[in-house]
Amino acid sequence: MRLSKVRPAKAGKWLKGLSKCATGIRGLDEITFGGLPKGRPTLVCGSAGCGKTLLGMEFLIRGAVDFNEPGVCLSFEETEDEIGKNVASLGFDVASLVSQKKLEIDHVHLERNLIEECGEYDLEALFIRLGHAVDAIKAKRVLLDSVEALFAGLTNLAVLRSELRRLFRWLKEKELTAVITAERGEGSLTRHGLEEYISDCVIQLDHRVTDTILTRRLRVVKYRGSTHGTNEYPFLIENDGISVLPVTSVHLTHVASNERVGTGIAELDSMLGGKGYFRGSSILVSGTAGTGKTSVASHFVNAACARGESCVFFSFEESPNQIIRNMKSIGIDLDRWVEKKRLHFESARPTTFGLETHLAKIHKLLGQVAPSIVVVDPVTGLLDSGTASETRSMLLRMIDYLKENQITALMTSLTNGSSVEEQTDVRISSLVDTWLMLRDLESGGERNRGLYILKARGVAHSNQIREFLMTDHGVQLRAVYLGEAGLLTGSARVTQEAKDETAALMARQEIERKQLLLARKRSALGAQIAALQLDMESEAQESQQLITQEELKIRKWEADRHGIASSRALNTPAQVTNGHDGKRQRGRT
Amino acid sequence: MTKADVLSNEAQQGRWELKLYVAGQTPKSLQAFSNLKRICDQHHPGRYHIEVIDLLKNPQLAKGDQILALPTLVRKLPQPVRKIIGDLSNTESVLVGLDLRARKVRA
Repeated sequence: MRLSKVRPAKAGKWLKGLSKCATGIRGLDEITFGGLPKGRPTLVCGSAGCGKTLLGMEFLIRGAVDFNEPGVCLSFEETEDEIGKNVASLGFDVASLVSQKKLEIDHVHLERNLIEECGEYDLEALFIRLGHAVDAIKAKRVLLDSVEALFAGLTNLAVLRSELRRLFRWLKEKELTAVITAERGEGSLTRHGLEEYISDCVIQLDHRVTDTILTRRLRVVKYRGSTHGTNEYPFLIENDGISVLPVTSVHLTHVASNERVGTGIAELDSMLGGKGYFRGSSILVSGTAGTGKTSVASHFVNAACARGESCVFFSFEESPNQIIRNMKSIGIDLDRWVEKKRLHFESARPTTFGLETHLAKIHKLLGQVAPSIVVVDPVTGLLDSGTASETRSMLLRMIDYLKENQITALMTSLTNGSSVEEQTDVRISSLVDTWLMLRDLESGGERNRGLYILKARGVAHSNQIREFLMTDHGVQLRAVYLGEAGLLTGSARVTQEAKDETAALMARQEIERKQLLLARKRSALGAQIAALQLDMESEAQESQQLITQEELKIRKWEADRHGIASSRALNTPAQVTNGHDGKRQRGRT
Repeated sequence: MTKADVLSNEAQQGRWELKLYVAGQTPKSLQAFSNLKRICDQHHPGRYHIEVIDLLKNPQLAKGDQILALPTLVRKLPQPVRKIIGDLSNTESVLVGLDLRARKVRA
C-alpha cells in the first residue's frame, strides 16, 4: 500500500517513492503502511510516561535483532545502565546487544550549573559523538531521547535551534532513520517546537484516564509522502514490548462459512437445524443472573476442544479456576483441555483496563493462540470500562475482527431483571447471528430455566421454548409441557406428566376392558347362534320326517283309491270311455 | 577528601590543569586557544597546563568529559571540575567560570 505503488508518475512510469524502515513494533508498521520513513527523522512526542523512550528503544532493538540494522541511542536523560534496566523488564537484553556491537548507547549529560557559556560555540561535539558511535557499529538507526534536554542545559537558543536544524539535516545526509522524542507542550505538539524541524513523520503518543482507567493511544499526526492510518490507535506496553492495534478497521467483507459447529448440547443442535451454529458466526447467549449462560458457553468450548480445536475463554467475572470448578459440577471437565493447551483462559476484571486495552489484549491473545472459538463471558461486564456506546463500538470491532478471522464467537450477556429481556444492555443484538435466550420460568413456587432461540440467521431453527435442565452430566433440554394448564416446567411439569400418565393408563385399561367385554359378547352370541342353528337343524329334521310321513300317507291314499277303482271296473265292464258321461254319472251318484 | 588528596592538592597548589576540546583548526577553536592562553598568562602565569584535544582525531574522548559543545574548556584541577563553552572571548566570564571571580547570580 505504498503510495509509490498506487500513484503512477506523470510520465507514465512509476515514481520511486519513499522507502520505509520497518520498526518491528507490532501494529505500528501496519498503520504506517510499512514503517517509518527510511533515512529520515521521525518525531515521537507525548507527555511524560506515555512510552516515548520505550517506543524508541524498541525501534532500535527490533532493528538490531530482527532487521540486522544496528542502532545508536543518544540518551540525554538516562544512563546506559538505567536504560538497560528499564527495557530488561520487557525482555530485551541491552548489554548483550551492546557487546555484539548491534547497539550503542551514549548518555549525554548536561549540567547547567557546571557549565559556563562564554562566547560563540556550536554543538559539533554532539555530531562527533553521534558520528563516532554510528561509524563504530555501522548504525542505520538512531534514537535521540530526548533532545529537548539541550534546551534546559544551554542558554543560547539561537545557536541551539540552528544546531538542531543542522543535526536533523545531518541525520538525513547520513541516511539514518532516526526517532527523536520530545515532550508534549502546551497547545503544541512539543514544548520547544521541534515539529518545526522534523516534518517528515510525527507520531503522537497519549495516555488518557477516563473513569480511573488509563488507555494509551498512538496517532500518526503526519507522514510526508505516504498514506497512513489516521485514527488514534490504542497501544499496549506489555512484557514483550509495545503493540499498537489498528483495531478500527472495519470491513464488511468477511467470508461466510457454510460449515457448522456443534453446540455441545445435542438437543440444542437439533433445535438449530440439527447441526449447530455456523462457523465464524457470532452467538449471543443472554439471560438474567443464574440462568446458565456460562454453562452453555462451557458446553460449546468443551465440544470444540474435544474436536481438537483451540479455544480462548475471556472471563470478566470469574477466575479460570472458579469456572473449571463450577463446570465440573455439571460434568464438564475443562481442566484437561487447559492442560492440553487447547483451552486458554484470560480472566481480568473489566475495570482493570480501558475498553481499548481490553480489545488490544484480546487481539494480541488471538494473534498468539489463533483459536477457532472465542468465548466472552460476559460482554456486559465490559460496560464497567466504558459507556454503552463505547462498549458497543468496541464489541462491534471485536466481532468484525473475529468474523474476518473465521473465529466463532460466543458472548454471554447478563440481562438485568428490570430491563427488557429481549434487548441487551450493550445493544449488540443486531450484530449477532444467533441469539439464545435463557429465561426464568416461574410457576408453582419454583424457578425453572427455559431456553429458546430468538434468532438464528440462516438456520431453520426451532421456535420452541425448551426447559433447560442442569444435570450432573451436563445441560439437557427438554420439551416443555404444553397442555390445558399452559406451559409447565419443573415439578409442576412432573406432576402434570404423572397425572397425564395415570389418565393414559386408565384409558388404556378401559380400552382393554371394553375389548374383553366385546370379545366375551361376541363369543356368547356365537354360542347362541350355534345353539339356534342346532335347534334349526333338529326342527328341519323333524319337519322333514313329517313331510315324508305325509307323503307316504298321500301315496297310500292314492294307492287305495286306485285299488277300489279297479275293483269297480271289473264289475261294470261296459264302462263308457266318454268322460262327460262318466262325470255326469259321478255327479249324480 | 582523603589525606592523599589533600597532599596532592597542596603540591598542586594553584596549578591549573586545563583541557581544551576542539574539532580541527576552526576559527573558533583557534580563537578559544589564544584567548585561553592570554588569560592564563595574565592571571596565572607559569602555573597552568593546557591540553588541546582534537575530537576529529580522537572522537572517543568526547564521551569521557561529556563534551557536547565546542570549543569546551574543562578545568580538571583545581577541583571541582568546571566547564566553559564558547570561544572564551569574554575574559570576565571565563574568570567567573574558573572561579577566579565571584559568580553572579544567574537570571
